[in-house]
Amino acid sequence: MAQTAKTSLRTARSRVKGLGASGHGAGHWWQQRVTAAANVPLMIGFIVIIALMAGRPYPEAIALVSHPAAALILIGGVISVTLHMRIGMQVVIEDYVHDKGLKFAALFANTTYAVAVAVACLYAILRVSLARLV
Amino acid sequence: MAQFNLPKNSQMTEGKTWPRPVGANNLQEFRIYRWNPDDGKNPRVDVYQVDRDDCGPMVLDALLWIKSKVDSTLVFRRSCREGICGSCAMNIEGQNALACTMGIDECQEHAKGKKTGAVRIYPLPHMPVLKDLVPDLTNFFAQHASIEPWLQTETPAPEGEWKQTPEDRAQLDGLYECILCACCTTSCPSYWWNGDRFLGPAALLQAYRWLIDSRDENTGERLDALHDPFRLYRCHTIMNCANACPKSLNPAKAIAEIKKMMVAREV
Repeated sequence: MAQTAKTSLRTARSRVKGLGASGHGAGHWWQQRVTAAANVPLMIGFIVIIALMAGRPYPEAIALVSHPAAALILIGGVISVTLHMRIGMQVVIEDYVHDKGLKFAALFANTTYAVAVAVACLYAILRVSLARLV
Repeated sequence: MAQFNLPKNSQMTEGKTWPRPVGANNLQEFRIYRWNPDDGKNPRVDVYQVDRDDCGPMVLDALLWIKSKVDSTLVFRRSCREGICGSCAMNIEGQNALACTMGIDECQEHAKGKKTGAVRIYPLPHMPVLKDLVPDLTNFFAQHASIEPWLQTETPAPEGEWKQTPEDRAQLDGLYECILCACCTTSCPSYWWNGDRFLGPAALLQAYRWLIDSRDENTGERLDALHDPFRLYRCHTIMNCANACPKSLNPAKAIAEIKKMMVAREV
Protein backbone atom coordinates (compact mmCIF):
# COMPACT_ATOMS: atom_id res chain seq x y z
CA MET A 1 0.00 0.00 0.00
CA ALA A 2 2.73 2.41 1.02
CA GLN A 3 4.81 1.40 -1.98
CA THR A 4 1.93 2.04 -4.35
CA ALA A 5 1.47 5.45 -2.80
CA LYS A 6 5.11 6.28 -3.41
CA THR A 7 5.46 5.00 -6.96
CA SER A 8 2.16 6.12 -8.44
CA LEU A 9 0.60 9.51 -9.00
CA ARG A 10 -2.89 8.04 -9.06
CA THR A 11 -5.23 9.64 -6.55
CA ALA A 12 -6.23 7.72 -3.44
CA ARG A 13 -9.81 7.54 -4.74
CA SER A 14 -8.64 5.99 -8.00
CA ARG A 15 -6.51 3.39 -6.18
CA VAL A 16 -9.37 2.44 -3.87
CA LYS A 17 -11.86 2.12 -6.74
CA GLY A 18 -9.32 -0.01 -8.61
CA LEU A 19 -10.91 -2.26 -11.22
CA GLY A 20 -14.32 -2.03 -9.54
CA ALA A 21 -16.31 -4.69 -7.73
CA SER A 22 -16.08 -8.07 -9.46
CA GLY A 23 -19.65 -9.08 -8.57
CA HIS A 24 -18.42 -12.34 -7.02
CA GLY A 25 -17.99 -13.62 -3.51
CA ALA A 26 -21.47 -14.29 -2.18
CA GLY A 27 -21.58 -17.68 -3.93
CA HIS A 28 -18.31 -18.83 -2.40
CA TRP A 29 -19.42 -17.50 0.99
CA TRP A 30 -22.60 -19.59 1.22
CA GLN A 31 -21.07 -22.61 -0.53
CA GLN A 32 -18.31 -22.68 2.09
CA ARG A 33 -20.93 -22.66 4.86
CA VAL A 34 -23.26 -25.20 3.24
CA THR A 35 -20.39 -27.63 2.55
CA ALA A 36 -19.08 -27.14 6.10
CA ALA A 37 -22.47 -28.17 7.48
CA ALA A 38 -22.82 -31.03 4.98
CA ASN A 39 -19.33 -32.34 5.78
CA VAL A 40 -20.35 -33.24 9.34
CA PRO A 41 -22.98 -35.95 8.56
CA LEU A 42 -21.19 -37.02 5.39
CA MET A 43 -17.89 -37.57 7.23
CA ILE A 44 -19.66 -39.48 10.00
CA GLY A 45 -21.24 -41.65 7.29
CA PHE A 46 -17.84 -42.12 5.66
CA ILE A 47 -16.27 -43.25 8.95
CA VAL A 48 -19.15 -45.66 9.62
CA ILE A 49 -18.79 -47.19 6.15
CA ILE A 50 -15.00 -47.55 6.57
CA ALA A 51 -15.53 -49.12 10.04
CA LEU A 52 -18.04 -51.59 8.61
CA MET A 53 -15.50 -52.62 5.96
CA ALA A 54 -12.69 -53.19 8.44
CA GLY A 55 -11.43 -56.76 8.44
CA ARG A 56 -13.96 -57.95 5.86
CA PRO A 57 -12.92 -59.71 2.65
CA TYR A 58 -12.92 -57.75 -0.63
CA PRO A 59 -16.21 -59.11 -2.06
CA GLU A 60 -18.04 -58.02 1.10
CA ALA A 61 -16.50 -54.55 0.86
CA ILE A 62 -17.67 -54.34 -2.74
CA ALA A 63 -21.13 -55.43 -1.69
CA LEU A 64 -21.23 -52.71 0.97
CA VAL A 65 -20.13 -49.92 -1.38
CA SER A 66 -22.54 -51.26 -4.00
CA HIS A 67 -25.41 -50.40 -1.68
CA PRO A 68 -26.94 -47.20 -3.07
CA ALA A 69 -27.05 -45.49 0.34
CA ALA A 70 -23.35 -46.11 0.97
CA ALA A 71 -22.35 -45.07 -2.55
CA LEU A 72 -24.43 -41.89 -2.38
CA ILE A 73 -22.95 -40.93 1.01
CA LEU A 74 -19.43 -41.45 -0.34
CA ILE A 75 -20.13 -39.51 -3.56
CA GLY A 76 -21.78 -36.68 -1.62
CA GLY A 77 -18.84 -36.65 0.79
CA VAL A 78 -16.26 -36.39 -2.01
CA ILE A 79 -18.10 -33.52 -3.72
CA SER A 80 -18.71 -31.61 -0.49
CA VAL A 81 -15.18 -32.08 0.88
CA THR A 82 -13.33 -31.22 -2.33
CA LEU A 83 -15.47 -28.13 -2.93
CA HIS A 84 -14.91 -27.02 0.66
CA MET A 85 -11.19 -27.72 0.36
CA ARG A 86 -10.88 -25.74 -2.86
CA ILE A 87 -12.69 -22.65 -1.59
CA GLY A 88 -10.86 -22.73 1.75
CA MET A 89 -7.44 -22.97 0.15
CA GLN A 90 -8.35 -20.27 -2.36
CA VAL A 91 -9.10 -17.87 0.50
CA VAL A 92 -5.72 -18.62 2.09
CA ILE A 93 -3.92 -18.02 -1.22
CA GLU A 94 -5.77 -14.75 -1.83
CA ASP A 95 -4.96 -13.61 1.70
CA TYR A 96 -1.24 -14.27 1.69
CA VAL A 97 0.09 -14.62 -1.87
CA HIS A 98 0.46 -11.16 -3.38
CA ASP A 99 2.75 -11.80 -6.33
CA LYS A 100 0.42 -11.76 -9.35
CA GLY A 101 2.04 -14.64 -11.25
CA LEU A 102 2.51 -16.79 -8.18
CA LYS A 103 -1.07 -16.13 -7.11
CA PHE A 104 -2.44 -17.16 -10.49
CA ALA A 105 -0.28 -20.31 -10.50
CA ALA A 106 -1.30 -21.19 -6.93
CA LEU A 107 -5.02 -20.69 -7.66
CA PHE A 108 -4.72 -22.80 -10.82
CA ALA A 109 -2.85 -25.56 -8.97
CA ASN A 110 -5.40 -25.45 -6.15
CA THR A 111 -8.34 -25.94 -8.51
CA THR A 112 -6.53 -28.61 -10.51
CA TYR A 113 -5.69 -30.51 -7.33
CA ALA A 114 -9.26 -30.35 -6.01
CA VAL A 115 -10.71 -31.51 -9.35
CA ALA A 116 -8.12 -34.32 -9.64
CA VAL A 117 -8.91 -35.58 -6.13
CA ALA A 118 -12.65 -35.39 -6.78
CA VAL A 119 -12.49 -37.15 -10.16
CA ALA A 120 -10.19 -39.91 -8.84
CA CYS A 121 -12.39 -40.54 -5.80
CA LEU A 122 -15.63 -40.52 -7.81
CA TYR A 123 -14.13 -42.89 -10.37
CA ALA A 124 -13.04 -45.29 -7.61
CA ILE A 125 -16.44 -45.23 -5.90
CA LEU A 126 -18.36 -45.77 -9.13
CA ARG A 127 -15.95 -48.48 -10.24
CA VAL A 128 -16.42 -50.41 -7.00
CA SER A 129 -20.14 -49.77 -6.54
CA LEU A 130 -21.04 -50.57 -10.14
CA ALA A 131 -18.53 -53.43 -10.40
CA ARG A 132 -21.26 -56.06 -10.39
CA LEU A 133 -23.04 -54.41 -13.32
CA VAL A 134 -20.09 -54.29 -15.69
CA MET B 1 3.74 -13.00 -0.07
CA ALA B 2 2.33 -11.09 2.83
CA GLN B 3 5.17 -9.41 4.64
CA PHE B 4 5.75 -10.83 8.11
CA ASN B 5 9.11 -9.19 8.83
CA LEU B 6 9.76 -5.49 9.15
CA PRO B 7 11.59 -4.04 6.15
CA LYS B 8 15.20 -3.03 6.90
CA ASN B 9 14.47 0.66 7.19
CA SER B 10 11.64 -0.03 9.66
CA GLN B 11 13.61 -2.14 12.13
CA MET B 12 13.57 -0.66 15.61
CA THR B 13 16.65 0.76 17.25
CA GLU B 14 17.31 1.88 20.80
CA GLY B 15 16.38 5.50 21.37
CA LYS B 16 17.19 8.27 23.75
CA THR B 17 16.51 8.04 27.47
CA TRP B 18 15.26 11.45 28.50
CA PRO B 19 16.20 12.87 31.94
CA ARG B 20 13.90 12.31 34.91
CA PRO B 21 11.95 15.32 36.08
CA VAL B 22 13.65 16.90 39.09
CA GLY B 23 11.96 16.45 42.47
CA ALA B 24 9.27 14.07 41.24
CA ASN B 25 8.53 10.95 43.29
CA ASN B 26 5.57 9.44 41.45
CA LEU B 27 7.13 8.48 38.14
CA GLN B 28 5.68 6.50 35.25
CA GLU B 29 7.89 5.32 32.43
CA PHE B 30 6.73 5.74 28.81
CA ARG B 31 8.43 4.08 25.86
CA ILE B 32 7.39 5.86 22.72
CA TYR B 33 8.02 5.12 19.04
CA ARG B 34 9.90 7.89 17.27
CA TRP B 35 10.61 8.27 13.59
CA ASN B 36 11.66 11.30 11.64
CA PRO B 37 11.31 11.16 7.84
CA ASP B 38 14.03 13.79 7.45
CA ASP B 39 17.01 12.33 9.31
CA GLY B 40 17.36 9.09 7.31
CA LYS B 41 17.57 6.98 10.46
CA ASN B 42 15.58 3.91 11.50
CA PRO B 43 12.73 4.31 14.00
CA ARG B 44 13.68 4.23 17.67
CA VAL B 45 12.00 3.93 21.04
CA ASP B 46 12.55 6.87 23.38
CA VAL B 47 12.18 6.48 27.14
CA TYR B 48 10.45 9.22 29.14
CA GLN B 49 9.64 9.53 32.84
CA VAL B 50 6.36 11.28 33.53
CA ASP B 51 5.55 12.90 36.87
CA ARG B 52 2.12 11.46 37.66
CA ASP B 53 1.53 14.05 40.39
CA ASP B 54 1.87 16.82 37.80
CA CYS B 55 -0.12 15.14 35.02
CA GLY B 56 -3.71 14.16 34.24
CA PRO B 57 -4.95 10.57 34.37
CA MET B 58 -5.11 9.74 30.66
CA VAL B 59 -2.40 8.61 28.26
CA LEU B 60 -3.02 11.76 26.22
CA ASP B 61 -2.35 13.85 29.32
CA ALA B 62 1.02 12.14 29.64
CA LEU B 63 1.84 12.74 25.97
CA LEU B 64 0.94 16.42 26.31
CA TRP B 65 2.98 16.60 29.53
CA ILE B 66 5.99 15.15 27.71
CA LYS B 67 5.54 17.51 24.77
CA SER B 68 5.30 20.62 26.89
CA LYS B 69 7.80 19.75 29.63
CA VAL B 70 10.37 17.31 28.23
CA ASP B 71 10.53 16.95 24.47
CA SER B 72 8.69 19.39 22.22
CA THR B 73 9.70 17.40 19.11
CA LEU B 74 7.33 14.50 19.93
CA VAL B 75 4.64 14.43 17.22
CA PHE B 76 1.10 13.07 17.61
CA ARG B 77 -2.42 13.99 16.56
CA ARG B 78 -4.95 15.15 19.12
CA SER B 79 -7.90 17.47 19.23
CA CYS B 80 -11.02 17.03 21.36
CA ARG B 81 -9.47 15.13 24.33
CA GLU B 82 -12.85 13.47 24.99
CA GLY B 83 -13.15 10.56 22.56
CA ILE B 84 -15.26 12.16 19.87
CA CYS B 85 -12.80 13.37 17.22
CA GLY B 86 -10.82 10.16 16.78
CA SER B 87 -7.52 11.98 16.23
CA CYS B 88 -5.39 10.45 18.98
CA ALA B 89 -5.82 6.80 17.98
CA MET B 90 -2.58 4.92 18.58
CA ASN B 91 -1.29 1.56 19.75
CA ILE B 92 -1.04 1.66 23.54
CA GLU B 93 0.35 -1.39 25.30
CA GLY B 94 -0.40 -3.54 22.26
CA GLN B 95 -3.99 -2.38 21.91
CA ASN B 96 -5.33 0.21 19.50
CA ALA B 97 -7.07 2.89 21.53
CA LEU B 98 -7.68 6.58 21.87
CA ALA B 99 -5.00 8.12 24.06
CA CYS B 100 -7.60 10.52 25.49
CA THR B 101 -9.97 7.84 26.79
CA MET B 102 -7.33 5.28 27.84
CA GLY B 103 -6.31 5.81 31.47
CA ILE B 104 -2.63 5.39 32.37
CA ASP B 105 -3.64 3.01 35.17
CA GLU B 106 -6.03 1.20 32.85
CA CYS B 107 -3.38 0.37 30.24
CA GLN B 108 -1.02 -0.58 33.07
CA GLU B 109 -3.57 -3.14 34.22
CA HIS B 110 -3.69 -4.33 30.66
CA ALA B 111 0.09 -4.82 30.77
CA LYS B 112 0.08 -6.57 34.17
CA GLY B 113 2.75 -9.20 34.57
CA LYS B 114 5.06 -7.59 32.06
CA LYS B 115 8.44 -6.73 33.53
CA THR B 116 9.09 -3.19 32.34
CA GLY B 117 6.09 -1.50 33.91
CA ALA B 118 6.46 1.05 31.15
CA VAL B 119 3.62 2.22 28.94
CA ARG B 120 4.61 1.42 25.37
CA ILE B 121 3.12 3.57 22.63
CA TYR B 122 3.38 3.00 18.89
CA PRO B 123 1.53 4.41 15.89
CA LEU B 124 -1.50 2.50 14.56
CA PRO B 125 -0.18 -0.80 13.14
CA HIS B 126 0.70 -1.48 9.51
CA MET B 127 0.07 2.02 8.19
CA PRO B 128 2.74 4.17 6.56
CA VAL B 129 4.15 6.47 9.24
CA LEU B 130 4.44 10.19 8.52
CA LYS B 131 6.28 11.04 11.73
CA ASP B 132 6.43 9.59 15.26
CA LEU B 133 2.86 8.59 16.21
CA VAL B 134 1.20 10.03 13.10
CA PRO B 135 0.13 7.44 10.51
CA ASP B 136 -0.83 8.20 6.90
CA LEU B 137 -4.60 7.58 6.78
CA THR B 138 -5.10 8.71 3.15
CA ASN B 139 -6.11 5.24 1.99
CA PHE B 140 -8.38 4.76 5.01
CA PHE B 141 -10.36 7.94 4.28
CA ALA B 142 -10.46 7.26 0.54
CA GLN B 143 -12.00 3.89 1.37
CA HIS B 144 -14.58 5.57 3.57
CA ALA B 145 -15.40 7.98 0.71
CA SER B 146 -15.72 5.05 -1.70
CA ILE B 147 -18.76 3.67 0.11
CA GLU B 148 -20.49 7.02 -0.58
CA PRO B 149 -21.45 7.81 3.00
CA TRP B 150 -24.40 10.08 2.32
CA LEU B 151 -28.16 9.67 1.77
CA GLN B 152 -28.96 8.75 -1.85
CA THR B 153 -32.52 9.07 -3.14
CA GLU B 154 -34.42 9.18 -6.42
CA THR B 155 -37.77 10.31 -5.04
CA PRO B 156 -37.92 14.12 -5.14
CA ALA B 157 -36.85 15.55 -1.79
CA PRO B 158 -39.78 16.31 0.54
CA GLU B 159 -40.53 19.84 1.73
CA GLY B 160 -39.25 19.00 5.18
CA GLU B 161 -37.00 16.19 6.31
CA TRP B 162 -36.93 12.59 5.05
CA LYS B 163 -39.09 10.77 7.59
CA GLN B 164 -38.24 7.62 9.46
CA THR B 165 -40.08 5.65 12.15
CA PRO B 166 -38.46 5.42 15.59
CA GLU B 167 -37.92 1.69 14.90
CA ASP B 168 -36.12 2.42 11.63
CA ARG B 169 -34.03 5.07 13.37
CA ALA B 170 -33.10 2.52 16.03
CA GLN B 171 -31.51 0.39 13.29
CA LEU B 172 -28.73 2.96 13.08
CA ASP B 173 -27.78 2.66 16.74
CA GLY B 174 -24.38 1.06 17.13
CA LEU B 175 -23.43 2.31 13.66
CA TYR B 176 -23.75 6.08 13.56
CA GLU B 177 -21.49 6.50 16.61
CA CYS B 178 -18.35 5.62 14.64
CA ILE B 179 -15.77 8.42 14.82
CA LEU B 180 -13.47 7.05 12.09
CA CYS B 181 -10.46 6.82 14.40
CA ALA B 182 -9.15 3.77 12.45
CA CYS B 183 -8.52 1.71 15.61
CA CYS B 184 -10.57 -1.19 14.16
CA THR B 185 -9.28 -1.13 10.60
CA THR B 186 -5.62 -1.01 11.63
CA SER B 187 -6.11 -3.86 14.12
CA CYS B 188 -7.41 -6.18 11.41
CA PRO B 189 -4.86 -8.73 10.07
CA SER B 190 -6.88 -9.10 6.90
CA TYR B 191 -6.53 -5.35 6.38
CA TRP B 192 -2.78 -5.60 7.06
CA TRP B 193 -2.36 -8.15 4.26
CA ASN B 194 -4.87 -6.74 1.76
CA GLY B 195 -5.54 -3.16 2.84
CA ASP B 196 -5.27 -1.93 -0.74
CA ARG B 197 -8.37 -3.90 -1.79
CA PHE B 198 -10.22 -4.89 1.42
CA LEU B 199 -12.26 -1.91 2.60
CA GLY B 200 -11.69 -2.73 6.26
CA PRO B 201 -14.06 -2.74 9.25
CA ALA B 202 -14.58 1.02 9.60
CA ALA B 203 -15.59 1.61 5.98
CA LEU B 204 -17.77 -1.51 5.96
CA LEU B 205 -19.51 -0.53 9.21
CA GLN B 206 -20.35 2.79 7.55
CA ALA B 207 -21.43 0.97 4.39
CA TYR B 208 -23.88 -1.03 6.49
CA ARG B 209 -25.05 2.16 8.21
CA TRP B 210 -26.27 3.39 4.78
CA LEU B 211 -27.49 -0.04 3.63
CA ILE B 212 -29.79 -0.31 6.62
CA ASP B 213 -31.02 3.30 6.51
CA SER B 214 -34.75 3.17 5.70
CA ARG B 215 -34.56 6.53 3.88
CA ASP B 216 -31.86 5.47 1.41
CA GLU B 217 -33.00 4.36 -2.05
CA ASN B 218 -29.71 2.99 -3.38
CA THR B 219 -29.43 -0.19 -1.32
CA GLY B 220 -28.99 -2.44 -4.36
CA GLU B 221 -26.30 -0.25 -5.93
CA ARG B 222 -24.51 -0.10 -2.60
CA LEU B 223 -24.53 -3.91 -2.38
CA ASP B 224 -23.30 -4.14 -5.98
CA ALA B 225 -20.32 -1.96 -5.10
CA LEU B 226 -19.40 -4.26 -2.19
CA HIS B 227 -19.93 -7.57 -3.97
CA ASP B 228 -16.30 -8.48 -4.37
CA PRO B 229 -14.02 -11.14 -2.87
CA PHE B 230 -11.63 -8.46 -1.65
CA ARG B 231 -13.72 -5.39 -0.82
CA LEU B 232 -16.07 -7.31 1.49
CA TYR B 233 -15.16 -10.98 1.73
CA ARG B 234 -11.62 -10.54 3.10
CA CYS B 235 -13.37 -10.26 6.47
CA HIS B 236 -12.82 -13.62 8.16
CA THR B 237 -14.59 -12.67 11.39
CA ILE B 238 -11.31 -12.31 13.27
CA MET B 239 -13.10 -9.82 15.58
CA ASN B 240 -10.05 -7.68 16.39
CA CYS B 241 -12.16 -4.75 15.20
CA ALA B 242 -14.82 -5.23 17.87
CA ASN B 243 -12.07 -5.69 20.45
CA ALA B 244 -10.28 -2.50 19.46
CA CYS B 245 -13.23 -0.12 19.03
CA PRO B 246 -12.99 2.64 21.68
CA LYS B 247 -16.71 3.35 21.17
CA SER B 248 -17.63 -0.32 21.85
CA LEU B 249 -19.13 -0.80 18.39
CA ASN B 250 -19.08 -4.11 16.56
CA PRO B 251 -17.93 -3.75 12.93
CA ALA B 252 -17.67 -7.55 12.55
CA LYS B 253 -21.41 -7.85 13.19
CA ALA B 254 -22.17 -5.11 10.66
CA ILE B 255 -20.05 -6.94 8.07
CA ALA B 256 -21.85 -10.21 8.85
CA GLU B 257 -25.15 -8.41 8.24
CA ILE B 258 -23.90 -7.19 4.85
CA LYS B 259 -22.96 -10.78 3.94
CA LYS B 260 -26.48 -11.86 4.93
CA MET B 261 -27.96 -9.15 2.69
CA MET B 262 -25.80 -10.40 -0.19
CA VAL B 263 -27.29 -13.88 0.17
CA ALA B 264 -30.81 -12.54 0.79
CA ARG B 265 -30.92 -11.08 -2.71
CA GLU B 266 -29.74 -14.32 -4.29
CA VAL B 267 -32.32 -16.68 -2.78
